[in-house]
Amino acid sequence: MALSDLFSRLKRVDSDSGTGATSAPVSPTKALGKFVAGLAGRDAPVLLDLGPVIGSNVSFFGERLGCKIVVEDLGKDIDRHVSERRLAELPRFFEARISRPDESVDGILCWDLFDFLDKASAVPLARQLTRTMKPGGLLFAFFNTHEQKPGVAVPPAAYTKYVVVDGTRLEQRSYPAARGKQRPFQNRDIQKMFEPLRITHQFLLKSHMREVLFRKPMPGDPPAPPTI
Amino acid sequence: MWKRDEAVKPTNQPNPAAPVVPTAPASAAAAPRPDSGRIERDLVNIGKSVVIKGELSGSEDLTIEGHVEGKIELKDNVLTIGPNGRIKAAVFAKAVIVLGEVNGNIAASEKVDIRDGGSVDGDVVSPKVAIAEGAHFRGSVDMQRKTGQPQAGVKTSESPKPADSSKSAVAAQPVVAQAAQPAAH
Repeated sequence: MALSDLFSRLKRVDSDSGTGATSAPVSPTKALGKFVAGLAGRDAPVLLDLGPVIGSNVSFFGERLGCKIVVEDLGKDIDRHVSERRLAELPRFFEARISRPDESVDGILCWDLFDFLDKASAVPLARQLTRTMKPGGLLFAFFNTHEQKPGVAVPPAAYTKYVVVDGTRLEQRSYPAARGKQRPFQNRDIQKMFEPLRITHQFLLKSHMREVLFRKPMPGDPPAPPTI
Repeated sequence: MWKRDEAVKPTNQPNPAAPVVPTAPASAAAAPRPDSGRIERDLVNIGKSVVIKGELSGSEDLTIEGHVEGKIELKDNVLTIGPNGRIKAAVFAKAVIVLGEVNGNIAASEKVDIRDGGSVDGDVVSPKVAIAEGAHFRGSVDMQRKTGQPQAGVKTSESPKPADSSKSAVAAQPVVAQAAQPAAH
């Protein structure tokens, strides 16, 4: 067992021993720190959080960045379309869901939202997110890399609340979802979906999740190499 | 829009035409009792059955359990929206604690605290914001590190949802309470 694993287990035991502690797993994150650092120098940045409202996250980003945080829980939109049996309308819905002006957002927290979308819905949403980002803006997302094998029991559909413990750790709390994770996107699909954003960092985690940090190029930036 | 007909039909007031100004009874209710012999902290309640439409301002800490529509301004004091409180107003205060329901923008110079069971639909501007697990929040949080007056009630085109357009017009009007009892307890 690696020394880092032992330390992470010890940290988990420590955090669980306090009053009011949860048993939710805590995992390391590398891209989140880079996301915060990349926005830290900006004057009154605007942050768009596409996950559920988490008070401690609002405090974390607000205090670190002095930013305006807009919370839009798109998981609720997915659930509503599932319960109303209108999933086919989801792509069109996402074409108009983000009502913010062009280039008005400095940072976007997608968390693992795209894992719950098929390509038809993911593409228009990604297009809207890239539209709203300011040049130089950053987008933080997780993508599942583990494809469910046929014949293996499917786990119950669940979203994950990513609670920021600090700049390097995230606590993951599951809660029920109306729809399970969809087929993982290939790296090439992710790159194409978010064009013209560029992947500046990506980390493959032990949990089979890929942490990806995108950046919208500034007008003077050199052109990106073609996607193969 | 401004319905003077909806004013309180006073049963125990000498002048039926005079609008109810909540700060006056509030002050009266909060004043230290002469026999207490000690200074009590100013604390005013607006009860469950009280409905206020218009501008509510004062210089004492206030707890609202009733309904308020319009504008609330307690720039140097703490406003608590109790579990039964229903607010449809732009709120300006030193600190705001939400256990009930707020539909409108909140600006606080110190802190906004949305507790478990509390609900806010609107934009929050404050240097410190706490949102408890189990609280409902829809809107934006602005924790900009800057001094000066907060900008509650000012909706920009960036806002995720439109503000109640009737708020600004109502805010300039005197307070008219709809209640069968005094506004302050």
